[in-house]
Amino acid sequence: MILKHFHKLNHISQILLSEMSGLKLHGAWVSPFVFRVKWALKLKGIPFEYIEEDLYNKSKMLLHYNPIHKKVPVLVHGGKPICESMLIIEYIEETWPQNPLLPNDPYEKALARFWVKFADDKGPAVFKVYKSRGEELEKAKEESLEILRTVEKHGLGDKKFFGGEEIGIVDIAFGWMVHWLGAMEEVGGVKLLESDEFPRLHAWINNFKEVHVIKENLPDHHDLVAHLKVLRERLLGQSSS
Amino acid sequence: MADEVILLDFWPSMFGMRVRVALAEKGIKYEYREEDLRNKSQLLLKMNPVHKKIPVLIHNGKPICESLIIVQYIDEVWNDRAPILPSDPYQRAQARFWADFVDKKVHDAGRKIWTTKGEEKEAAKKEFIDVLKVLEEQLGDKPYFGGDHFGFVDISLITYYSWFSAYEIFGEFSIEAHCPKLIAWAKRCLQKKSVSETLPDGKKIHGFINDMRKKLGVE
Repeated sequence: MILKHFHKLNHISQILLSEMSGLKLHGAWVSPFVFRVKWALKLKGIPFEYIEEDLYNKSKMLLHYNPIHKKVPVLVHGGKPICESMLIIEYIEETWPQNPLLPNDPYEKALARFWVKFADDKGPAVFKVYKSRGEELEKAKEESLEILRTVEKHGLGDKKFFGGEEIGIVDIAFGWMVHWLGAMEEVGGVKLLESDEFPRLHAWINNFKEVHVIKENLPDHHDLVAHLKVLRERLLGQSSS
Repeated sequence: MADEVILLDFWPSMFGMRVRVALAEKGIKYEYREEDLRNKSQLLLKMNPVHKKIPVLIHNGKPICESLIIVQYIDEVWNDRAPILPSDPYQRAQARFWADFVDKKVHDAGRKIWTTKGEEKEAAKKEFIDVLKVLEEQLGDKPYFGGDHFGFVDISLITYYSWFSAYEIFGEFSIEAHCPKLIAWAKRCLQKKSVSETLPDGKKIHGFINDMRKKLGVE
């Protein structure tokens, strides 16, 4: 009973605080891109109001704020929209510098941005595995393995996280590997991330999932798998693989 | 202590040109090294092992890759002159958004104009013009995308200008007829030395694309 009131008060105080910071995040529960922004805001302790969008029936507000791409996430700060998840995070970093997610040194920053771009550009190629079959699936598997091998070999090193001892922007950018990749492997009936071929990535995934903000903010695995199965059926037009 | 700045590049590359323009804007002395993309140097392969692509800026021995990342790096290191990105975080986010839009939309649409034929080519032309129109609308009545000053978005887009005449010849259309304000903006940018001394002549690019088309078997 007390817990219920506590949650209610916490929720109300979050709304009040977010009114003060004037921050709204338009998102969709399945999207790893939306979660990137959620993680960044929560790691910095910045309150915000979250607005769930139905991607098949996008709100007028969303289309008004992101007329070019019509996508989530969109962060609205004092009525002004910022689009594209990693650009939103750079904006957050510059506006609220506490608990920094980017290194200070320009060279390290450039390196971080390089891997953020890699995560952004290559993610969609890996996502193909849940929505392909036959020859296309084989191709998607090959491409995905190459991508994972590149990250394993060149991106990680032997540090706890991509940037060193603390979680940062590159880890957030690769967040799709942590929860979504597993769901996609399941739906596509493939196994990409074998631990003997990818020891560094496996270690990193465990480290990433242990961070409190991340642990507390991941979509439900079963809901995700069910959702991806529906999407797969829609795209491939049959009820089983 | 003098800075050692080396640029690995390929003369027709609109991505490489972005870095050259940024270096010129800041008045930075550097060594330009032309890469043969069919026979990449050991240095290039060592400095960009992930993509093996140009441009790569090597600053005191350390490589920075990806043209827009390099331009931001240049802006941050040589931050005492000719600012490229605005200082306000919201304006910076807008600048990055539009440079990202140029990256996502202009190159592929443009490439399809000279690598395809018939219906595919017509569709590519339409897509290309639509993208330029969006950019033209974003420019509005400002002298530059950056407002009063030449900046990040201007740099990201102007380097395509030397490819425009080739697109027009292969696509059989006039970009100016569809986007006069954008061409006026391009000519304004060309009045800056950093741009006019960097961008190769359109005829040279046309010759280069002609050779590429023969190699790719597009005729």
